[in-house]
Amino acid sequence: MDFKDSAEQSAFRAEIRDWLSKNATPKSAAGGRKDQSEAYQDAKIWYKKVADAGYACLNWPKQYGGAGLSDIHKVIWSQEVANYAEPDGYFVIGIGNCGPAIMHFATEEQKKTLLPPMASAETVWCQMFSEPSAGSDVAGLRTSAVADGDNWIINGQKIWTSGAQHSDYGVILCRTDPTISKYRGMTMFFIDMNQAGVEVKPIKQMDGGAHFNEVFFNNAVIPDAYRLGEVGGGWGAALLVLMNERLAIAGVQPDGFPEFLKLVKTLHIDGEPISANPAVREHLAEWYYKHAGIKASTNRMLTAVAKGGMPGAEAALGKLVGAVMNQDIANYAIQLMGDAAAICDPAFAEQQAHFQKTVLFSPGIRLAGGTDEVMRNVIAEQVLGLPQEPRADKGLAFNEIPSGNQSR
Amino acid sequence: MNFDFSEDQKNIQEQARSMLAKECSSASVRHIIDGDQYFDAALWQQVVALGWPAITIAEKHGGLGLSYLELCVIATELGRSLAPIPFIASVYLGTELIKAAASPAQQQEWLPALASGDIISTVAISEGKTNHVDCLVSDNQLSGRKSAVLHGMIANTAIVSAKNENGELGLYFAELSDSSVSRAPQDSLDPSLPRAELIFDKTPVIQLAGQTPAASALHTLFDRAAVLLAFEQVGGCEAVIDMAKAYTTDRYAFGRQVASFQAIKHKLADMFVAKELAKSNAYYGAWALAADAPELPLAAATARVSAIDAYYLCSKENIQAHGGMGFTWEFDCHLYYRRAQNLSTLLGGNPYWKGLLVDRLLAA
Ligand SMILES: Cc1cc2nc3c(=O)[nH]c(=O)nc-3n(C[C@H](O)[C@H](O)[C@H](O)COP(=O)(O)OP(=O)(O)OC[C@H]3O[C@@H](n4cnc5c(N)ncnc54)[C@H](O)[C@@H]3O)c2cc1C
Repeated sequence: MDFKDSAEQSAFRAEIRDWLSKNATPKSAAGGRKDQSEAYQDAKIWYKKVADAGYACLNWPKQYGGAGLSDIHKVIWSQEVANYAEPDGYFVIGIGNCGPAIMHFATEEQKKTLLPPMASAETVWCQMFSEPSAGSDVAGLRTSAVADGDNWIINGQKIWTSGAQHSDYGVILCRTDPTISKYRGMTMFFIDMNQAGVEVKPIKQMDGGAHFNEVFFNNAVIPDAYRLGEVGGGWGAALLVLMNERLAIAGVQPDGFPEFLKLVKTLHIDGEPISANPAVREHLAEWYYKHAGIKASTNRMLTAVAKGGMPGAEAALGKLVGAVMNQDIANYAIQLMGDAAAICDPAFAEQQAHFQKTVLFSPGIRLAGGTDEVMRNVIAEQVLGLPQEPRADKGLAFNEIPSGNQSR
Repeated sequence: MNFDFSEDQKNIQEQARSMLAKECSSASVRHIIDGDQYFDAALWQQVVALGWPAITIAEKHGGLGLSYLELCVIATELGRSLAPIPFIASVYLGTELIKAAASPAQQQEWLPALASGDIISTVAISEGKTNHVDCLVSDNQLSGRKSAVLHGMIANTAIVSAKNENGELGLYFAELSDSSVSRAPQDSLDPSLPRAELIFDKTPVIQLAGQTPAASALHTLFDRAAVLLAFEQVGGCEAVIDMAKAYTTDRYAFGRQVASFQAIKHKLADMFVAKELAKSNAYYGAWALAADAPELPLAAATARVSAIDAYYLCSKENIQAHGGMGFTWEFDCHLYYRRAQNLSTLLGGNPYWKGLLVDRLLAA
């Protein structure tokens, strides 16, 4: 049991601290609210800068645009960059989810051409799994890919695709055989988002932003060379992507605690520090132990991964606890500040309106990447080994499964 | 970073687990609860023979000189098996307080007998419903009353908090076999780790004469014991999660396994999550304890609060998952529920530790 950096790790930490101090924007100097395209451009500039310095995708092999280092190095990076106002997680879906899919299933040639620009965010990727009729039950997806000589023809619709409007490529899960069981009839591909037959329409979110999209496929033709894995092997490939997603978001997903602590340390109400308020202290204690527990759980998982294991389903815990906590903290902070808390103007509101933004954005995090309920199912079934619920689609071919009202 | 126990430590844990599975069944726990013994003397003898009380005692004092990490893995297993022995009283409390507050010469004198298990110790610091200390030492003689003393009926010695004639707090070593000490068992929530009232009437005592003032020695003791207790609590959580899983998997209702109902699955998932947070916080506490790191006070408070919450949740929802059976004396659910309550009251309960946690967090 050793919680401190090894000599090599602490040298690495010192090196990136030094680099960040010269190259990253301190939080105090961060500008106010940015519009979406500005934020996107800033993120591209940051990723390129990081890649040019050799710090992109630290845990990827060098020939694919990484640094050939370990997951631990990546965590050290995340810990240090968190002290700055840089959009270091902006492209996490592409790099964290699509990256491993390409790494695992593409040809050597494709890996060498596709991965380095992904790592530097010169090309941007999105993940197209969810559909109007397939979210939690993602294997219920209907977008079809039909073989046509050496090509596949894609028709259907994806939804909730984060970043699709900015993406050059996407990883897409399609149905290739509706006449067999739903888990066996899927295949994974990648696709050029700018090609004919692909249309992207942003969806306005409840917080006013429009990061996610509908994507329509109308006879979009892709070569068989864009297939990732076996025909019919899409489910296994999707599980691999989801497993890597756990690692990608480990220790990165915000739980709101640091901002809450800062608020408690600084806020006064009627001249009294709120840190003296017993109700506030009660919450502070509870959220701190959860925050510390998530962090320590991540470190346990990374230790297991460093010893050659894969992140288990127990990694669902950080997302499950952190997402709702982030929402609850934002709500509580707003309750503490009275009428003033209703104001979203970043020049006026505490911490540049962090809590106001979070209270409106955090509901999405409890849904994205597996809802709270699905995460509990995952823990109950995959970690604790409890039986599945009786299922209405068992033993049926995909095209025989009752589907309810499929229009959204 | 290597945030895990070593292979050797895991082996020690495995051995402890299989020994306790054999020698500490719930029948033997019930033997203590229902019978007239205060502890399982045969099990204690085995634990002593395996050297567990000696783990963190230095070799020069007859101990094994191992780290707290070895003690943490043992604690998990003792908590899992509800071992009805004075391990908490004598090892995490008595021995640790002597290490924290006694002079080198006193440690040389007392620790070997604790390492060998020849004597069982406890601490007597509670007098009633407040933290007030009325026990008085004058002329090296202690008078007054202590209550809720863990394993007070069978401990040979106790470290007792008391004031001197100048009103200064001190810690005193008392032989409980002395005729000036009268003891009486107290009916308590968890008779598997029983409590007693001790009345001292001019009992000869020796003041612990280390450099550290009594109040800060007690703080050190509490922080160390909080981490060790957290591992006991995590072991208990794991036991009840296993129980709830086994029962709901075997039990059918509405033509299907109860464990296949989502309300039950999500209940178990929430128990698991609370336990994992507590376990990870305990790991961090173990690191801070073993490394004697400045992070220990905050890490210990975090581990304690997390473990108290987790064990309460897991032990109460385990009863719920068992239906009516869970409310019977016959099923073991209440043994864990009682233990969860008992461990939460030692060293001060959740509000006290939340207060410490927040003070330390804001000062950090
Ligand atoms: C901000 C955001 C970004 C996203 N980005 C992407 C992306 O980039 N790519 C992508 O492919 N998808 C993305 N998604 C989609 C996301 O994965 C789905 O929204 C999610 O899986 C839920 O599916 P659904 O919306 O169809 O809800 P549904 O599955 O219809 O769920 C409705 C409700 O039913 C519950 N429910 C469903 N099944 C069960 C069950 N078995 N047990 C208990 N309760 C159940 C759910 O928990 C939920 O409360 C994103 C979503 C959001 C909100």
